[in-house]
Amino acid sequence: MSGGPAFIRCEGLQKWYGGVHALKNVSVEFGRGAEVVGLLGDNGAGKSTLIKILSGAHKPDGGRIVIDGTPIRIRSPRDSMRRGIETIYQYTAMVPQMSIARNMFIGREPTRGPRLGPIALLDRKLMAEIAIQALRDVDLHLRSADTPVEELSGGERQGVAIARAMHFRSRVLILDEPTNHLSLKETTKVLDHVAALRGQGVSSIFISHNLHHIHPIADRMVIMARGEVVAELSRGEMSVDEVARLIV
Amino acid sequence: MIEAQEAAPSTRPSPARGEGGLAAVSRSHRGRRLLKRLLLQPEISGAVMLVLIATGFAFTANNFVSLRSVSNILNILPELGLVTLGATMLIIAGEFDLSVGSLFGLTPMLMLLAMGRGVPWLPAVVAALVIAGCFGAVNGIVTLRFGIPSFITTLGMLFIARSLTIIIGTKIPLAFPDDLPVGLFAARFGLVQSSVFWLIGICTVAGVVLHRTKFGNWMYASGGQAQAARDMGIDVRAVKIACFTLCSVLAGFAGLIQCFRLQAPLASAGDGIELQAIAGAVMGGTALSGGIGSVLGAILGTVLIRVIDNGMTMSRVDANVFQLAIGLLTVVSVIVNVMIRSQAAKLRA
Repeated sequence: MSGGPAFIRCEGLQKWYGGVHALKNVSVEFGRGAEVVGLLGDNGAGKSTLIKILSGAHKPDGGRIVIDGTPIRIRSPRDSMRRGIETIYQYTAMVPQMSIARNMFIGREPTRGPRLGPIALLDRKLMAEIAIQALRDVDLHLRSADTPVEELSGGERQGVAIARAMHFRSRVLILDEPTNHLSLKETTKVLDHVAALRGQGVSSIFISHNLHHIHPIADRMVIMARGEVVAELSRGEMSVDEVARLIV
Repeated sequence: MIEAQEAAPSTRPSPARGEGGLAAVSRSHRGRRLLKRLLLQPEISGAVMLVLIATGFAFTANNFVSLRSVSNILNILPELGLVTLGATMLIIAGEFDLSVGSLFGLTPMLMLLAMGRGVPWLPAVVAALVIAGCFGAVNGIVTLRFGIPSFITTLGMLFIARSLTIIIGTKIPLAFPDDLPVGLFAARFGLVQSSVFWLIGICTVAGVVLHRTKFGNWMYASGGQAQAARDMGIDVRAVKIACFTLCSVLAGFAGLIQCFRLQAPLASAGDGIELQAIAGAVMGGTALSGGIGSVLGAILGTVLIRVIDNGMTMSRVDANVFQLAIGLLTVVSVIVNVMIRSQAAKLRA
């Protein structure tokens, strides 16, 4: 399924945190056609730094990012989302006390009627309708869009976040350790979602240190260590054991 | 932040346990769902306590159920009510403010200071409120710029603003200006004073903004899980600074109402009201950990405090018992809220 020009191209990205050289001249591509890329590496390998740059949370100290053939600067999370990159962070993707419908639209709420900056009436009916439909699209049949997210299981929360990304027509979805702390059954479900996204033309960057979760689903694996990309492998190029040796 | 209601375990609906306790009240799925929605309302425990306490006073206090009693409760309600409203909205957004009592005292002083220099009353009122707002903005900017707890920032501001209030108090003319239209807040309409209408109007606007607008959604998100809000592109700092500002303006406005009612500036005005406001917010179901609360809850919490005060006066209880009662109720209401929320979470619906 992969192939074609990449949606995101990183060229020689550099990042320092104080004296620590967190990203060393990283050049990598994501989203060749619709593909699932596993981003692997031990703690401190630079995966988080790389995705924080792509999601607009941090700015690179050197190098450039080319999206859809155009070199751009990602200034903020909003900027990143506007360009079609949606990031689902491990612990903080949702506001637990808020309802599913409200969570789906944080920062991008549909409104109606007169407005004064952000003081504009929420279109709550539309929010509920879209939320339920979007959840159905990822095969989640939840009782009501009013349910607080804190009542959902970890897998269901990932489902809501994925539904959110799909509704906003993301081109690339970055998932930060999406299968951590999930049961086996829920892990399978999340992997199914990611595969389904690929079927609909959405690429994913799947960050994990659990090789066994990534291996069956990834079209490609990018392996990082000590701030560098140390290997890029296509599907079937290497066995789990061989990849594991590269990471450490 | 003090993590008062964080203790509520984020329990997942577990089928086995859902049948006990409150769930037994209702058998049908639909009924359970309604019950659950009701229990998840933040102000539910405040409402129940209000009914219980008012009923108690109705039987024990002479004339508690009388027009005069209701009128007594309503007439000073707006002052604490507006402060509690501001506190509630700020706590929902994940911060809090101890300096509201001092701004309650400072704002009328500023107005009178300006009027003493010949400024007409309306610009003086507006200027005083703008300055109160600036104090709030400073609270917010300092808190967020330096990443320190708002408890500390606003504790500092409590002393600073009170000190300024006392200093200005010695400089303003002693006579209360006659050209001030006291009727704006203190005109009587049958049972109530005009300040009650201000409270209703402001709460309506605040309710719509908090519960029905995009900005309200940002407030809940910023207080509930600031990182998630940031990741979704919300400027959490700006949201919080706006809430600090709003909170101070409401406190200043409440101070003006009291000053108009008493027709005298008091350097001690609003002393301690910041703690009553937090107590009121908490009794109304606001979680100090942020992200949970409502405008209705703020009103209920305030009414609760005023009803207790009034009921005790009418039953001729030693006035010093008032604080004891408020203290107990504050703690009890948080415990009840935590229990209700975890029960509701266990309900399968």
